[in-house]
Amino acid sequence: MTEEALKDLLYKIADDLLILGHRNSEWTGVGPLLEEDIAFSSMAQDKVGQSLAFYNLLHELGEQDPDTVAFTRNADQFHNSQFVELPIGEYDFSLIRHFLFDHADYIRFSMLADCPIEELAQVARKLKGEIKYHVMHANTWIKQLATANEEAHDRLQKSLDEALPYALGVFEPSKFEKEIIDAGVYPGEKAIEEQWKENIAIVLEQAGLKLPDWNTIKPVYGGRDGKHTEHLQPLVEEMSEVFRVDPSADW
Amino acid sequence: MTLTEDKILELLKEVKDPEIPVISLVDLGVITGIEIENDHVTVNMTPTFIGCPAMDYMKQDVVDVLNKNGIDNHTVNLNLKTTWSSDLISDEGKRALKKFGLAPPPVHNNVIEDLDIIEHAECPNCDSTNTTLKSPFGPTLCRSLHHCNSCGEAFESFKPI
Repeated sequence: MTEEALKDLLYKIADDLLILGHRNSEWTGVGPLLEEDIAFSSMAQDKVGQSLAFYNLLHELGEQDPDTVAFTRNADQFHNSQFVELPIGEYDFSLIRHFLFDHADYIRFSMLADCPIEELAQVARKLKGEIKYHVMHANTWIKQLATANEEAHDRLQKSLDEALPYALGVFEPSKFEKEIIDAGVYPGEKAIEEQWKENIAIVLEQAGLKLPDWNTIKPVYGGRDGKHTEHLQPLVEEMSEVFRVDPSADW
Repeated sequence: MTLTEDKILELLKEVKDPEIPVISLVDLGVITGIEIENDHVTVNMTPTFIGCPAMDYMKQDVVDVLNKNGIDNHTVNLNLKTTWSSDLISDEGKRALKKFGLAPPPVHNNVIEDLDIIEHAECPNCDSTNTTLKSPFGPTLCRSLHHCNSCGEAFESFKPI
C-alpha cells in the first residue's frame, strides 16, 4: 500500500472527528438540558482529542504539525464528509447525526483495531472504548425521545429522513479503496456501511422510527474530495480565528 | 543508590492525577512500565482518555519527580502501546476514589455492552445501589453523573472503560 493511500485514510478520519467535534461544541451553554449540554461538550472534547491522535500519525508520516494542519487549511482542503459540517440545527437533528455518525465510527475503529499497521491499530483500540460511550448515549436518547410523545417522534423521524443521504456520504469510497482492502488495513467503506445498516436498524426499530428503502436514497458524496457545502468555510474560519490572530497563543 | 523498578514506582506514587488529586498515577494504572538499563530510566505512560487535557501535565509531573530525586538520565514516553482500562486501577486507588466522593468503576473485563453497567453505581456517601444514572458524561471525560435515591445526594462515578 502506498503512503498516499494511508494518508488519505487518516485525513478523512481526522477531519470528520475535528469538524464534528467543533459542531458538538456549539451546544456548550445552549443544550436543551444541563446533562445534554455537558454530554455534547464532553463528546466535543473527545472528538477533538481523537482527531489530534490522527493528525499526530500524519505528522509522523511527514505532514505538517497538527495545529498547522487543523487551522491553516481552507474548506476545500478538508476531507470530512459533508454530513459532519452541516449546522447543528435543532437538537433532534444533532442527536440523529450523533447517533448515525458514532455508530459508523464505532464499526470503523473496531475494524481498524485489527489493522496490521500497529500505530494505527493502537489508536483505534483506544478510540473504540471511548466511542462506545457516545453510541450508548445516542441509543438511550433516541429510544427515550422517540417513544416520549408524538412531537418528539415526528421531529426525530423528519431529522432522520433528512440526515440519511448525508450519513451514507460518510461511506464514500476512496480512490484507494481496493489498495487499502488488499493490504488488509480494514475491510473498506462498503463493509462498514453494511454493518452500520444492521446496527442502526435494531435501535431504530426499538425506537419506532422508520428506515426507508435504502435504494431510494442517493448518498451525498464529494466531501472526501474536498467538495463541501457552504457551511464548512465559516466553520473553519471560526475554528481557526485565534490561531490566525496569534499562532503562538497558549493557555 | 541502586535503581530498581520498585524504587521508581515508590517515587512516582507522589505524582497525583491533577483533576483527582487523591489518586497516584501508579494506582490509576497510567504508568504502564518501567525499564532500567544501566543508569537510564524509561517510564512508559498511557492516556486514560485520548482527549484528556491533563495528560501533558501528568507527563511533566513524572519528569519533575524523577529530576527532583536526582534521576536525570531518563526518558518518559506517553504512548498507546498499552491501552488503558479502568480495570488497571488498583484496589488502593479505588479506595482513594471512594473517599474522594467518586464511585470507583466496576470491574468489567472488557465487557461493556450498554449503560446498564453504570445504571446503579454504588453511592460513595451511603453505599446504596438504589441510584439512578443521570448522564454518562460528567465534568471530566472520565466521569459520569448519578443521583442516589437513598440519601438524596448527587454524585459522580469514574467510568468503566
